[in-house]
Amino acid sequence: MKSDSSMPVSKGKVVTAVFLKDVQIELRSRVVTNQVLPFAGLVMVMFAFALDNDDVLQRVAGGLVWLATLFSLLIIVQRSFAIDTADGALDSLRVAGIELSAVFFGKAIALAAKLVALEIVLIFSALVLYRVDVNATGVVLLVTCVFCATSGLAFVGTLYGGLTAGAKGRETLLPLLLLPVVAPVLIAATRATEAAFGSGGAQTSEGWAWIGLLAVFAAVFGVGGSLAFGSLIDE
Amino acid sequence: MSQVLQRTSATGTRATKVIGALAILVMVWVVVSGLILTPQDVVQGESVRIMYVHVPSAWIAYLAFIFTAVASASWLISKKHSMGFDRFAGASAEVGVMFMAITLITGSLWGRLTWGEFWQWDPRLTTTAFLFVTYVGYLAVRRLEGSAEQRARRSAVVAMLAVLEIPLVHFSVVLWRSLHQGATVLNPNGDVKMDDLMLFTLFSGVVAFTLVFVWLVLHRQRTMLLVDIANRQGLDAAIAARKTEGSVR
Amino acid sequence: MKDAGFILGSYFVTLGAILVFAFVTLRRAKESSQSVDEKDKTWL
Repeated sequence: MKSDSSMPVSKGKVVTAVFLKDVQIELRSRVVTNQVLPFAGLVMVMFAFALDNDDVLQRVAGGLVWLATLFSLLIIVQRSFAIDTADGALDSLRVAGIELSAVFFGKAIALAAKLVALEIVLIFSALVLYRVDVNATGVVLLVTCVFCATSGLAFVGTLYGGLTAGAKGRETLLPLLLLPVVAPVLIAATRATEAAFGSGGAQTSEGWAWIGLLAVFAAVFGVGGSLAFGSLIDE
Repeated sequence: MSQVLQRTSATGTRATKVIGALAILVMVWVVVSGLILTPQDVVQGESVRIMYVHVPSAWIAYLAFIFTAVASASWLISKKHSMGFDRFAGASAEVGVMFMAITLITGSLWGRLTWGEFWQWDPRLTTTAFLFVTYVGYLAVRRLEGSAEQRARRSAVVAMLAVLEIPLVHFSVVLWRSLHQGATVLNPNGDVKMDDLMLFTLFSGVVAFTLVFVWLVLHRQRTMLLVDIANRQGLDAAIAARKTEGSVR
Repeated sequence: MKDAGFILGSYFVTLGAILVFAFVTLRRAKESSQSVDEKDKTWL
């Protein structure tokens, strides 16, 4: 922990402060709980209407959980950065000379917390609505998968959210930039979740190869994001 | 402003004119040879003719994206942050996106003839499609408002992130396909037995498309400079106008 | 020629795209070069 005059606040403190700020905003505004969660649940119900077949739903449940997560990710990221740019909070942080990689990790952890809450609800709704089963080893795989996939999504979401924050037409630019990047997460998390659900006769052990990919993704964009975030939001 | 529209020189020089003329010449040869002179393939028949435009455009598209990545890295690394790197990266990406679109369209037409399907979820095809979408996004980032400096920094970082992303996408698709099903896609280039004229035509195609690429990028990056200067002049003029307004008061 | 539509179509798409791109670039260059000083055109 360095604390000389050039860096008055330690990095860890910045991370915690930014994280707590984002969580507090959520606790006061309740956007994720009152709007994004119902939206994601609605998407799950709409999938059931569209596919209209219990066997098919059981088979594709993993993919639907992660698709709903991705759509919700776009909304949450946009919301989180819209608040920051509207109040000029990002500018203030920059002017204060705070290390921006710490802001990146703080926001990413807050985003991850929101995503985990969302994913738990989505997985439970898949268990209920799509009638999938998970055994004990499946639960271990599922928890690891949620952890790794969420870290990756949170890093990438924060990174590209920062890039498009305050830009004209960000509502349409963010999906264009973000969705191709998170394609590996969609593929890997879906396969791992299918393995945990045993969809289409998949074995739980088949899922672990995908966890490796998710971990690599999270590591790459965690490092890349902490390096790039500062220069992306710097105006 | 009562300025007479004068004849000014634009982005052309003697070098670009020579390159342009050569490009047209070689391109005409490629079309004539590819459509008429070369024989049909034993296995693929006439459809092999698509190869003479498909393979060179794929090659140029990949080359263009490599140039964009290298130029973006150079911009980030160089101390001076020369805007030439940024313009080259942008021009190369624009031309690359166009050639990538050509590659995807001609490839799916060729695929329909050889595989019977427009699209296969083969790792190479899928990665190519993702590369295309990624660079469309890159071009959208370049169009965000802001100064030329901001544009350069943002787009250079996004280009670097694309370099991180593409191997991950490719690897995940490879893993996805290999775990899912063993069906291998018939390789359109692999089982063509090429005689000398076919090889030469394909080679000419690569030369022609490379010339086209150089010509387009030269013109495009110079146009970007012109637009940047014109924008800056507009801004300077506006500031000057405000200043005189202030001093009169 | 068998499958002429597909083959000619792919040549048409390729050359057409290149020509349109070239044409648009040249026109934009001409428009923007009007207001720029000759000495700023470093390539001349």
